[in-house]
Amino acid sequence: MIRVMLPHHLRTLARLDGVVELQVERSPTLGAVLDALEARYPVLRGTMRDHVTLRRRPFVRFFACEQDLSHEPPEAALPEAVVLGEEPFLVIGAIAGG
Amino acid sequence: MSGVRVLVGTRKGAFVLTSDEKRQDWEVGGPYFAGWEIYHLKGSPADPNRIYASQSSGWFGQMIQRSDDGGQTWEAVGNEFVYDGTTGTHQWYDGTQHPWEFKRVWHLEPSLTDPDTVYAGAEDAALFRTTDGGKTWTELYGLRNHGSGPRWQPGAGGMAVHTIIQDPSHPGRIFVAISAAGVFRTDDGGETWRPMNRGLKSQYIPDPDAEVGHCVHRMAMHPSRPGVLFMQMHWDVNRSDDAGESWREVSGNLPTDFGFPIEVHAHEPETVYVVPIKSDSEHFPPEGKLRVYRSRTGGNEWEPLTNGLPQSDCYVNVLRDAMAVDRLDSCGVYFGTTGGQVYASADSGDTWAPIVRDLPAVLSVEVQTLP
Repeated sequence: MIRVMLPHHLRTLARLDGVVELQVERSPTLGAVLDALEARYPVLRGTMRDHVTLRRRPFVRFFACEQDLSHEPPEAALPEAVVLGEEPFLVIGAIAGG
Repeated sequence: MSGVRVLVGTRKGAFVLTSDEKRQDWEVGGPYFAGWEIYHLKGSPADPNRIYASQSSGWFGQMIQRSDDGGQTWEAVGNEFVYDGTTGTHQWYDGTQHPWEFKRVWHLEPSLTDPDTVYAGAEDAALFRTTDGGKTWTELYGLRNHGSGPRWQPGAGGMAVHTIIQDPSHPGRIFVAISAAGVFRTDDGGETWRPMNRGLKSQYIPDPDAEVGHCVHRMAMHPSRPGVLFMQMHWDVNRSDDAGESWREVSGNLPTDFGFPIEVHAHEPETVYVVPIKSDSEHFPPEGKLRVYRSRTGGNEWEPLTNGLPQSDCYVNVLRDAMAVDRLDSCGVYFGTTGGQVYASADSGDTWAPIVRDLPAVLSVEVQTLP
């Protein structure tokens, strides 16, 4: 079970509190987690990555286990501690003005 | 009892202001979508309880929200805006060609007859349409691809379709305005488009009366006379009496030649409102006096409306989508400022009072007249 922590605005959009727990069926890669998240909460499509290109939006970041995974490709494997549910996968709205 | 519902989009959320026909006591609802930029909200003329909102964020992109109960509850609908066909390029600041990139929806214009059909004006400039209540959006590709698209270029505020006007007497006729390209018209529901900028003069482009390149800030039309259009351009106020085929300047005695919104009185097609602003870069009212100017002669002769508006030390702006009129017997006029005030007049502009004073910067104001 992978635990995902979303920023306030995305939790509000998805109408959820706290951490999302996701069962990722296929290999638990960065892309697979985002696919599973968007499948459970379709309202999040387009908010973290582009609808068509699937490129990460510039001010969205992915952190886990004190690592910045934002620049990893979609097929990158997640850290084992995330896959085991010991550490959360963090979706962050970058600190940038406003 | 009849009343009004004022839909206010701000830099940090949406607000819904309601009152009865006296328009003296107001209830303030919101903020909705707190923290998000709400460029525009607008209700369906065919179903006033159906309201659409453009919600966007530099972090999380574009959302479209829909209410089916007059703004009490909202549901996120489709947010996939994909340019149709070949993306194409437009003029960039350095003179090179730059690919179209979707940034946000500036303006939502619900159909006059079908609550599920809405037009969306986007940055980078394009027109989209939904026919399923906002679930899916399709670009009306002909606008960007009628031929002049590669010559369009962004102004300081971007390059966006910000005005969409449907002609109630000619089904299929739609006017749009783009900063900084100009006015375009379709007569076939959006398949094909023509530039409609003859007579406009823009001193800041190499050819002042070019076919495209004019920084139109806003257009307005009275539904009883759809052939007459009024326009606040970057410089000057203009008027067309032939559905945009030609334009003439009607700035007359206005104190500046700059401003953003323009509106037409609900019952007097020759009564027009503008808010003169000082430019080039100040973008606040001249002399620190917030004045709406009204012409009862369709332009050229303008009178300042000041009763109830700050007449000293006022340095706010009024943006292009931030003025509207209601349709009650005594026409109400409303506008919002970048200082967070929303002013209302229940007597066609003779007297004004703030409904609210301390909202986030106001981006848009629309009014629904309720039965």
